[in-house]
Parts: sequence; C-alpha cells; structure tokens
Amino acid sequence: MIKARVTVTLKNGVLDPQGKAIEGALGALGFDGIGQVRQGKVFDLQIETADKAKAEADLKAMCEKLLANTVIENYTISLA
Amino acid sequence: MKSAVVQLPGLNRDRDMIAALTKISGHKPVTVWQTETEIPDVDLIVIPGGFSYGDYLRCGAIAARMPVMQAIKAKADQGVKVLGVCNGFQILLEAGLLPGALMRNASLKFVCREVKLEIVNADTAFTRAYSKGQVIRSPVAHHDGNYFADAETLKAIESNGQVVFRYAEGTNPNGSINDIAGVMNAKGNVLGMMPHPENLIEAAHGGSDGRGIFASALAVIAA
Repeated sequence: MIKARVTVTLKNGVLDPQGKAIEGALGALGFDGIGQVRQGKVFDLQIETADKAKAEADLKAMCEKLLANTVIENYTISLA
Repeated sequence: MKSAVVQLPGLNRDRDMIAALTKISGHKPVTVWQTETEIPDVDLIVIPGGFSYGDYLRCGAIAARMPVMQAIKAKADQGVKVLGVCNGFQILLEAGLLPGALMRNASLKFVCREVKLEIVNADTAFTRAYSKGQVIRSPVAHHDGNYFADAETLKAIESNGQVVFRYAEGTNPNGSINDIAGVMNAKGNVLGMMPHPENLIEAAHGGSDGRGIFASALAVIAA
C-alpha cells in the first residue's frame, strides 16, 4: 500500500478572501510581520498498490479530474 | 418548447424552477435524475440552484462528475440550450461547459438580497426579450458567487460577447471580476448565472423582471 498526500493551493494572482481573513485574524492576535496567508487543502490517500509509478500517474489524473480545479488551483503530489 | 429540470441530491431550487417554467411556457418540464444517462428530447435543460452534494470539495464539483452531466454535455454539443442558475452555474463551470470559476464571496458572507443586473448582451437565445443596457432587478442567494477567470480568458469572453449579465449600479454582492453575473459559451447555447430570475416572474414575487430569460429561452416571445 502506498500513502500519498495531495496538496491543493490557489494559483498566484487568484484572490483568496479566506486567506485574507485569516491574515487579519492573526494580526489581531498580535502576530506581527505576516506578509501573506494563502489557504489550501490537503488530501491523504491510501492506494492499494506497490507500483509507485502507477500510483503517481493515477494521482495526477485524480487531481486533474476532481481534486483540483485547475482554472484556479495548483496541486502537488508527494508519496510517503 | 419543451424543457427539462435536473434534480440532484442537495439541489433545493428545483421546485421554483419547475413552477417558473410551467407558468411561462404552459408546459410542465420533465425532471432528470442524477443517474440518468439519456436526456429526453427537449429544447432547454435547466440546472437549478441549491447545494448539490453539500457543496463538498468545491461547489458543484461532485455534481459536475455525475453521469447525467455527460448526457447534458452531449446535448449541449448538439446545440440544445442549457441554463445553470446559482449552483447550476457552479456545476457548468466545474464541468468545463463554461469558462472561469466561482470562488468564495469576497465578503466571506452568504448574501441573500436583491441586486441590479445590466443586460450586457441582448443578442442571445436567453436575453432577446430585453434590450442591451437594460437594467433589471434580480434576487441573489449564495456564498460562492465570486466569478474569476484569468486575464486571457477574461479578454476573450469580454470581446466575444460572452458576458451576458453584469451587476449594475454598485450592487456587485460577491466581488466578481468585472462585475460579471452571468456568462455563456462561445456557441451561445449554454448560459450560467448566479442570480435567481425564477424568483421574480410574477406579481406575487413583487415583479416580473426575470421572466424574459425564460420567455427568450422557451421562445414564448417572437424572435
């Protein structure tokens, strides 16, 4: 079994109102000097295979087809 | 003209849409369930608003990958008119039938109010009951209606007349880029919009500003 983590983040230039709100809240808590906060999503997957190459190819397809909206989001895949 | 309304778990504006289509066309629309792979022979397919699949992952993301969407895509390719309202708009974008994406409202708040809409393009199958530049009233109710498209896409849809509605008179409720409230595909047979025209079609609603969209799409009025 392969464990994988997919991280989905907003592309540069795409406004992130939630990140902005978190940035403001951190400032209100007294955390100074925060340049920017961008919010993203993390998916942890377990894949029933030993074939790393296949798992990676499948994960890429999953990201393209469902996990990320590539109009506004980027994704990275890491295998444990 | 015959119409169909798509029903998915979590969509809740389907009854309003069925009522509007029935009142305006005089014919009750057929309903299509998520698992159906064939759409009956109709002139207009409507995906109503709501919260399909609980808005999990991203609004409209799961719905856009259900079997019924493949059937809708095939119909759209044949030239059948498709209208997506609110969550229906989000679904059409996620399915790739329309350009761009809808994000969380810039205010981060759910907005439920009335806005003003400018008819940017009155030369479409959905807006010919109006005149270009006309401003109509329309209710909105959404949390993720902040339209976004990259610079290249934006330039293309603006110059092709694919921006059909814009929030007017400073009523942009969600931070949408260029005040965009509704866009159509290049072919002009698929339209998505955040506002709810089905909720302003008769005196009991306090006005009938939204009626023209259905009257146009159902060819109730003369072309």
